[in-house]
Amino acid sequence: MGVGIEVKDLNAWYGSTHTLRDIHLNIPANHATALIGPSGCGKSTFVRCLNRMHETNPIARVTGTVKIGDLDIYNDVSPVVIRRRIGMVFQRPNPFPTMSIYDNVASGLRLNGFRNRQALDEIVERSLRRAALWDEVKDDLRRKSGASISGGQQQRLCIARALAVDPEVLLMDEPASALDPISTAKIEDLIFHLKSEYTIVIVTHNMQQAARVAEKTGFFLNGQLVEFDATTKIFTNPSDKRTEDYITGRFG
Amino acid sequence: MQQRIQQSGQAWRRWKNHLATGTAVLGTLVVVAPLLAIFAYLIYKGASSLNWAFFTKVPKPVGEIGGGMENAIVGSGVLLTVASLIGIPIGIAAGVYLAEFGRKRLLSNLVRFTADVLNGVPSIVMGIAVYSLIVVPQQHFSAFSGGVALGIMMIPTVTRTTEEMLLLVPHAVREAALGLGVPNWRSTVSITLRTASAGIITGCMLAFARVAGETAPLLFTAFGNDDKSLALNQPIAALPLQIFVYAVSPYNDWHRLAWAGSLVLIFLIVISVSLVRYVTSRGVLKGAS
Repeated sequence: MGVGIEVKDLNAWYGSTHTLRDIHLNIPANHATALIGPSGCGKSTFVRCLNRMHETNPIARVTGTVKIGDLDIYNDVSPVVIRRRIGMVFQRPNPFPTMSIYDNVASGLRLNGFRNRQALDEIVERSLRRAALWDEVKDDLRRKSGASISGGQQQRLCIARALAVDPEVLLMDEPASALDPISTAKIEDLIFHLKSEYTIVIVTHNMQQAARVAEKTGFFLNGQLVEFDATTKIFTNPSDKRTEDYITGRFG
Repeated sequence: MQQRIQQSGQAWRRWKNHLATGTAVLGTLVVVAPLLAIFAYLIYKGASSLNWAFFTKVPKPVGEIGGGMENAIVGSGVLLTVASLIGIPIGIAAGVYLAEFGRKRLLSNLVRFTADVLNGVPSIVMGIAVYSLIVVPQQHFSAFSGGVALGIMMIPTVTRTTEEMLLLVPHAVREAALGLGVPNWRSTVSITLRTASAGIITGCMLAFARVAGETAPLLFTAFGNDDKSLALNQPIAALPLQIFVYAVSPYNDWHRLAWAGSLVLIFLIVISVSLVRYVTSRGVLKGAS
């Protein structure tokens, strides 16, 4: 089951660049939340702060609190533990090229010491089914490399890999931006089905996509969260002039 | 008119294409020719002296016919095993440090510089260094000291190729591992190193093949031994060493054995490199890059 995310006073820097300023935000459990905004507005940095990937860059710095359920992720636990509970799907499909499809899905569990083969088989199948990839790859599970399938399939493989460790939250950083429209539709379909079980945060440049999959939408601009509201409200009757300018395309 | 211009343009383009292809083929031939020539000459000179005894008998005293180089073949095996056990782990560990943990640190620049200089140190100097560090204190020549000398010579090649290969692994692959909640060390060992493994193995094989033919560092470390020996604390024979001694000797019989030894040395290198490649590539999947 998914959990909600509570963000307070979040500030982030890359070197001396202040990329996120005083973000306050409550992301509801078991819903899809979309984050939109122009390039460089901080939305990617924001999701990377939610699973502490931001700090893997040596020049990055972050302050403030992020709570996943009751867990204060910057004070209570190590980043490694947090990343197991918060899965991430990146902009470009990044399967492990030297691993088979099966090994890719099993990697998260195996690399954390999980060895039960029978249980692994079941988890791999279930994860691939959830990612709507099972039927396409079930005959080549161990024979084909994760890098040998198409881009859209690779991205669903990465989703399956993230689901296999059974996270509570799924962060997606422009998951469909490198894919063609058919693959994109499949990913959106997937998000639609997955959100009953996971809390989903999706960064997107595609506003129609945000409107299609998300109940809530946040608009970022210059490192600030300008507006956060129900998706229908954001797209039909935004309260902030800047949001309106952006979604109507008047934005410079 | 226009069509004629197009046609002449096309002919010129074809001609350029042939020229470029021809140059590439010529270059390939020039590269391959010396290797084939060496092989052919070695087979011509050495094959006639190859027989079963060559692999199963130790050298006989001067004047007696027959005898082989079993001592040297076994000796080279022992020396290269010791060298690989020293050179490969240290080399890979240093390469991992340079690529993954020590980027832009003073120490890593120092390590990189040292590795490059070490690569250029003449092998005879390596022999003297190990001689004074190990042989002199122990007061005897030994297989171990020879293995150490060769192992140190392997380190720079292994280190630098490991670093280069790790840097070729896309950042996205590392992020994928970290994003799954895999600890950094585990991600380095099981993901980054694994992704780069093909290139790293090539580097190790290069280093291995290079030191397999080294003579100078063994002159006063392994020293040579006319009997078969597996003991690490005893002098031991090595193919290059034996070839050197036999080739500069005044006896025709020994000259022929030296040729046979050279042939065997080359083939053993080719076989061991191919074997490692075969074994490590068996797990490779369809379409893996």
